[in-house]
Amino acid sequence: MSASSWTWEDHRVLPTWAPWAAGGAGVAAGLLALLAGVALVVAVLVGAAATVVALIPWSLAVEGSRRARDRMVTLTVTGAFALAVAPLISLLYTVVSRGIDRFDGALFSESMRGVVGEGGGVQHAIVGTLVITGLATLASVPIGVMTAIYLHEYGRGGRLAKAISFFVDVMTGIPSIVAGLFAYALFALIFGPGVRLGVMGAVALSLLMIPIVVRSTEEMLRVVPHHLREAAYGLGVPKWLTIVKVVLPTAFAGIVTGVMLAIARVVGETAPLLITTGAVTSVNANPFGGRMENLAVFAYNQYSNPGVPRDPYIARAWAAALTLLLIVMVLNLVARLVSARFGVRQR
Amino acid sequence: MSQPSADVRDANATDAPLQAPLGDAATSAPAEAPANVAKSIEARDLDIYYGGFHAVAGVSMTIRPNKVTALIGSSGCGKSTFLRSLNRMHELVKGAYVDGKVELDGRDIYAAGTDPVAVRRQIGMVFQQPNPFPTMSIYDNVAAGLRLNRRKIKKPELDEVVERALRGAHLWTEVKDRLDKPGSGLSGGQQQRLCIARATAVEPDVLLMDEPCSALDPIATVAIESLIAELKERFTIVIVTHNMQQAARASDYTAFFNIERSGDPGRLVEIDETQTIFSTPASPATEAYISGRFG
Ligand SMILES: Nc1ncnc2c1ncn2[C@@H]1O[C@H](COP(=O)(O)OP(=O)(O)OP(=O)(O)O)[C@@H](O)[C@H]1O
Ligand SMILES: [Mg+2]
Repeated sequence: MSASSWTWEDHRVLPTWAPWAAGGAGVAAGLLALLAGVALVVAVLVGAAATVVALIPWSLAVEGSRRARDRMVTLTVTGAFALAVAPLISLLYTVVSRGIDRFDGALFSESMRGVVGEGGGVQHAIVGTLVITGLATLASVPIGVMTAIYLHEYGRGGRLAKAISFFVDVMTGIPSIVAGLFAYALFALIFGPGVRLGVMGAVALSLLMIPIVVRSTEEMLRVVPHHLREAAYGLGVPKWLTIVKVVLPTAFAGIVTGVMLAIARVVGETAPLLITTGAVTSVNANPFGGRMENLAVFAYNQYSNPGVPRDPYIARAWAAALTLLLIVMVLNLVARLVSARFGVRQR
Repeated sequence: MSQPSADVRDANATDAPLQAPLGDAATSAPAEAPANVAKSIEARDLDIYYGGFHAVAGVSMTIRPNKVTALIGSSGCGKSTFLRSLNRMHELVKGAYVDGKVELDGRDIYAAGTDPVAVRRQIGMVFQQPNPFPTMSIYDNVAAGLRLNRRKIKKPELDEVVERALRGAHLWTEVKDRLDKPGSGLSGGQQQRLCIARATAVEPDVLLMDEPCSALDPIATVAIESLIAELKERFTIVIVTHNMQQAARASDYTAFFNIERSGDPGRLVEIDETQTIFSTPASPATEAYISGRFG
């Protein structure tokens, strides 16, 4: 790069609004195509092509090939991102728009006890979901975190650690229905066939959660810098105390996030709960007291076996789905607050 | 960061009366000599291994109490390895072990039945990279060693120990108004002084420092060096450094390590008073190293 051949005049760039203008042109082209009566997918493709055609030759003419290539890559990445979030947005939109119908006070204050047709609520399902998921979390977090501590801090590379690690991987791949069947079989051995308990669902869900918690915690322990452990050892702090007081607090935010992911993964499980906790129309908060409803199973049953007329059943199913979504969101928010409060402090 | 010298004076002025009573308060060791007489270390025929790799061979040296001993030598000759074997940090590496003796005032720290954790309480360590605990405040960082080791400690007593350690590390005036802020919010030099305060708060007998200034600017380096000169009143200090001037300025004794051919274990070439090493070393290899002809 010799200084003499390089002047500002040779290196013009497009105005900052250029990509937006091109995007606008793309949207306009897509809308026109829609008006002309083509399918939605085709219209989107037309819009994308129009954006490229509007921006790239323009950039090539003004800025040269290096920047044009950069813009092409940026467009591709943006397109891929849009493609990835489109289903998510569509899903959110569908759940909210259909669920909002029955998203009223009665939904939270009433159960389905004695309800036929319109009315009723999902209080019993909310209680069930919270109790079952809560119990599953209570069981899997200590087991998962302690397993991860063993794997990363004590067992490193040993034969037992390798074996455990292998089985954790296998557990990750268990289909949820198999976890449900396992829990059912286990409890059927004790209580006889046909048993349905909330705690069975919790056992099934914790089977699904444990490997996720183990893997994410292990990952978080791995990023705790080794020199922090050494600093503690150098002060004459025993290993277990170092783990409890230095390593775990440092990894805390990440571990909480991992636990949240695990909860989000199982809170919407339907199949294993269908066979372990069953379905019931009234509130039951006792995990050892027989059948227990939960939101996912509730939505499934309302949708698959509606009464006549169908509409109130379908509306309840969507409202239950919306509630489930909100529960996951609230849990995520709480987790963020918790890890911001207790995690690694900056400044 | 232009205040270190002012800071030093301030710390000295206020520190002196505090020093006397705290010595045995913070050491859990039984009745022994006054706090300002530290312990000596004697290494005898020490061989250090990483699994099958023989890293350091046949080191015998005496590290004198209340003196600063500098370890110098080219990269990879085993200075850090030797240093870490002095408080049994070495064995934290998988497969690593030593052969030979390291005696702290005549007691072998590698003797069967000796708890490495107890050894490390008496022989503290400061690392190359400042490593304050990120989840803890400045106060908690300094208090960490005591809190984690001794179950019961009263708040006023702890306050006193923390203040004394921070004054001793010339950090008190800079942080006294933000003791509850995280330690990771300090500058690199402040963080290193915080780590020194943390290490001294547990009142060890010996302080091992592995290139404590290599991540610091010249001014912070000078601050730490003057700190070291003061700390030797209370501790025996062993410091690894790549900086010849630093070894010359800050140490009383200098040990030169060398490695003859790559693959060979590192060996101690000689140890003597720093003045002697830098003026009339016994070995030509030392002469070559300190005059910068290799390494
Ligand atoms: N964890 C380890 N596992 C295996 N070998 C190691 C380990 N740490 C150091 N070594 C080896 O031991 C030898 C001495 O290393 P050491 O870190 O003690 O050198 P050093 O003198 O401190 O070097 P530097 O001045 O670069 O810090 C080197 O050959 C190094 O490769
Ligand atoms: Mg080193």
